[in-house]
Amino acid sequence: MTIVTDPPVRPSLVPPDEPIRLLRRPTGYTKGIWGWVTTVDHKKIGIMYGVAAFIFFLLGGLEALLLRIQLGSPENTFLSADTYNQVFTMHGTTMIFLFVMPLSAAFANYMIPIQIGARDVAFPRLNAFGFWVFLVGGLFMYSSFILGGAPNGGWFGYAPNTLKLYSPGHNIDFWVFGLQILGIASLTGAVNLIVTAINMRAPGMSLFRMPIFTWMSLVAQFLLLFAIPVITVALFLLMFDRTFGANFFNAQAGSDPLLWQHLFWLFGHPEVYILILPAMGIVSEVIPVFSRKPLFGYQVMVFSGIAIGFMGWGVWAHHMFATGLGPVATSAFSASTMFIAVPTGVKIFNWLATMWRGKIRITSPMLFAVGFVAMFTIGGLSGVTHGVVPADTQQTDTYYVVAHFHYVLFGGSVFGLFSGIYYWYPKVVGHMLSDKLGKWQFWLFIIGFNMTFGPFHILGLQGMPRRIYTYPSHRGWDFWNFFATVGSFVIAVGVLLFIYNVWTSRKNPKVGFDPWDARTLEWSIPSPPPEYNFAEIPVVTARDDLWHRKYTEDDKGRSILRQPVDAPAEAETEAVVRAAVDDDGPPGDGDGAGPNGASANGAGGGAGASDDGDTHDGDSHDGDEERHEPHIHMPSPSYWPAVTSVGLAVICYGMIYRVWFVAILGGLWVLGGLYAWSLEPATAPEEPELDAEPSTDLEPVGSGPAGAGSGSGGAD
Amino acid sequence: MRTGRWLRAQTARRVRLGALAALAALAVAACAPNAPQTTLDPKGPNAQTISNLIDPVFWVAGIVFVLVEGMAIIFVIKYRDRGDNSPEPVQIHGNSRLEVGWTLIPAAILVAVAIPTIATIFKLSNKPANPINVTVTAHQWWWEYNYPDLGVVTANELHMPVNQPLEIKLVGADVIHSFWVPALAGKTDVVPGQNNHMSMTGSTPGTFLGQCTEFCGLSHANMRLKAFVQSPDEFKAWVEGQRLAATAPPGGSPAEAGLALFAAKGCSGCHTVEGVSAGKVGPNLTHLQTRTSFAGSMFPMNPDKLSAWLQNPPGVKPGSKMPNLNLSGDEISKLVAYLETLK
Repeated sequence: MTIVTDPPVRPSLVPPDEPIRLLRRPTGYTKGIWGWVTTVDHKKIGIMYGVAAFIFFLLGGLEALLLRIQLGSPENTFLSADTYNQVFTMHGTTMIFLFVMPLSAAFANYMIPIQIGARDVAFPRLNAFGFWVFLVGGLFMYSSFILGGAPNGGWFGYAPNTLKLYSPGHNIDFWVFGLQILGIASLTGAVNLIVTAINMRAPGMSLFRMPIFTWMSLVAQFLLLFAIPVITVALFLLMFDRTFGANFFNAQAGSDPLLWQHLFWLFGHPEVYILILPAMGIVSEVIPVFSRKPLFGYQVMVFSGIAIGFMGWGVWAHHMFATGLGPVATSAFSASTMFIAVPTGVKIFNWLATMWRGKIRITSPMLFAVGFVAMFTIGGLSGVTHGVVPADTQQTDTYYVVAHFHYVLFGGSVFGLFSGIYYWYPKVVGHMLSDKLGKWQFWLFIIGFNMTFGPFHILGLQGMPRRIYTYPSHRGWDFWNFFATVGSFVIAVGVLLFIYNVWTSRKNPKVGFDPWDARTLEWSIPSPPPEYNFAEIPVVTARDDLWHRKYTEDDKGRSILRQPVDAPAEAETEAVVRAAVDDDGPPGDGDGAGPNGASANGAGGGAGASDDGDTHDGDSHDGDEERHEPHIHMPSPSYWPAVTSVGLAVICYGMIYRVWFVAILGGLWVLGGLYAWSLEPATAPEEPELDAEPSTDLEPVGSGPAGAGSGSGGAD
Repeated sequence: MRTGRWLRAQTARRVRLGALAALAALAVAACAPNAPQTTLDPKGPNAQTISNLIDPVFWVAGIVFVLVEGMAIIFVIKYRDRGDNSPEPVQIHGNSRLEVGWTLIPAAILVAVAIPTIATIFKLSNKPANPINVTVTAHQWWWEYNYPDLGVVTANELHMPVNQPLEIKLVGADVIHSFWVPALAGKTDVVPGQNNHMSMTGSTPGTFLGQCTEFCGLSHANMRLKAFVQSPDEFKAWVEGQRLAATAPPGGSPAEAGLALFAAKGCSGCHTVEGVSAGKVGPNLTHLQTRTSFAGSMFPMNPDKLSAWLQNPPGVKPGSKMPNLNLSGDEISKLVAYLETLK
């Protein structure tokens, strides 16, 4: 049913015997660590994003525990003022830039292509580059801990406190340059995923059939695309102030320090939606699946997401209500802040309506999704109270605000992301996580979370300011601070339980392709998916395409299983696998999307599948090797994304320590990496015959939109 | 059917209990005694206006909270898969009327919140009639108060007569700080290069605590303040006391030796004592002993704390701009004796 019958052909952009062959590309057979370093497979990159983000989550969580221990009792001396300032700065920076953003990127990377029926992202090497730059940026920032002190100006880095005069050490420099590196990662990722979602959808996947997670991620990527340049500008100005003695934020020289705040929050508020929209997308996938009903008001959900994306640009000054903007400006931002609650509220009611009269299976992903709705609502309501500007002048910069954004970002984003982890884990890894342990983790999370952050509302209203490393005992804050510290350890137990769950679930039985009886395309392919994702590019006929292949509606609108005639997905996929196993030669249909030998080596997927990833147009010799896939054109791995990314850190170390030749060396490193990247051969060197017959170097379009994303050299 | 009803009753009971518990917890917390920096107990018209504005919003938010959480909990329990082969749910794809409804109703509620909010924003931005002018200068990490019309300069502890507004000009000396006395008014940032204004009035005599709320570096936590709302007579007496010059210590006393050290050790370069020195870096010490606390209102004013402070200021207050002068015990006791005379 998914045969593409009209394969117009086009020559690939760079013939494989391109004379400028700087270096051999790594072959698809590269194993082990180098297989991961050189991979351009969006799924392996997604896994690396996820693992790295999770490690940073542990670091950020450890920092949170240190903060909570320090504040657990008044006049505590567990951390010094300086250490506390470093730890709270790195806690915020880590959780935002090194955990929630990359974990959202992990899901987007892994899921967008398989949700839209593509074989890879549009720019596979750029995708790998984005990941390596993120990792380099994160490690660069964390290297500050062993190089004299971590950033200590808060995640918001307000000038003039972050200027050299008031922060003379290198702490802030690591923050400035680290965020610049991370910005490059986010920008490349955004460009790549936007192009992927717009250009590489399978036939029939119109925008309004696109899964809601892909939609929300797409909106978040657009926000990134426009927000990152703003922070980049701000950071450049701050870098010039600090490194070259410029005066962009120096009030003594007549500048306006509020310029920093405007720039930072013009980035920073869309950033909040960058952090929450992917989680909203996850929840919008999970609730329908486990309620056995379609998402209530799909179009409204899409448009409210877009509306949030637009309105997110008009609320930044609500972070600055106490800065003296004047009554007119504050009134305008007060109104916009309140009204962004409307599209958000619509989403909450639509999630509730999705559950209404459903048949709700209470599983770990569903619990986390419902937890998201419940906790995010609290954050949304306290958000509205911030819009009441006069009240905000009492609340801002107190623990009330800390409570608010933890309800949004932990109760929201983190619950949503854990919902996604439990939901998609079987797809990515091939077996389930323990649902029992998952439920335990949920209850530990929701109890610990409310124990920790619920009292913050009270503390804030009782006047406890943010970012204080200590407080005297006669302020009435002792009890709730202690209570919150206990709560934070309950959360920590939940995190440990999750790690234990991942560890002990290793031996869980393999699951099929659709263990949740889900609705979207990613569940129509094996778990874990083979490198090429779709043996045949699907033709999409409906929103929730997989559901419609499995079910239809009776005259009352109840879903009923289709007759086997209508090819339930399971049989169909088995057929593919069988065909794949039996495949000794060119597939009969010859449409370029033929089944392949990947599954011959077992469950396929993961590292195993990468063996098969590099076949370029090898129509004439597919019989030569069992692992060879005749028609699926996948990009070749490359050293250059990883190599190039390291040069960025070299530049930044050189700049920080003012060893200019090191900075120049780093620049040449990046430049060289980019040249090698653009000039490296389009294909891996494993198939010498390819060179001999350039005339057959035609790209079968049967590989569908994915063909555009193949390793055709200069394509990315 | 019967189990369904039982479950519903059970759910309703659970929701009621939960809501009651939450309300009780909030009530206990809100009325917690000994929370001298609370925003929930306004003692002046500005803070009272804010409180009157936000209280109904909290109630509306509470109702929405109970509604949404209640629906979430009830739906999960009521519509859970009981594994009883009950028919598949009807595939409801949406309902435009409902969705328009829950777009417009929240919007209407928000309009109802926005109108009084904006009115209050403008009301609070009005300058009061017949105010006392005060210039508050925020330093890392202490507050300087200058009453230009009264000729008074002091630090960390603000005095004001009851029911007479202060018109405050906020001047930043270094980084951004934020001036806040929750019982009297909302906070306003002190932005260097931009002199913000705020006004506040105390309607009840008393001592109210405040604190810098914008992260301003190492000792941000130690940049505190007190506001004394006094009867007009008390305030007048305080002002007159502050206007006097410092009295010279009696000859031959340890305090006189302390005065000599005050000059010799360079204290006078940073601190003003009327008639003795004119330093402008640190707080004015002329009437130090009329204050109840020092060093950003971090320590209570007593000889022990002053001694500990002089021994190593950055050691007891991280990042303090007052350096460790490596004073001997004898020098410290003489200096403290002198400081004790600054009444």
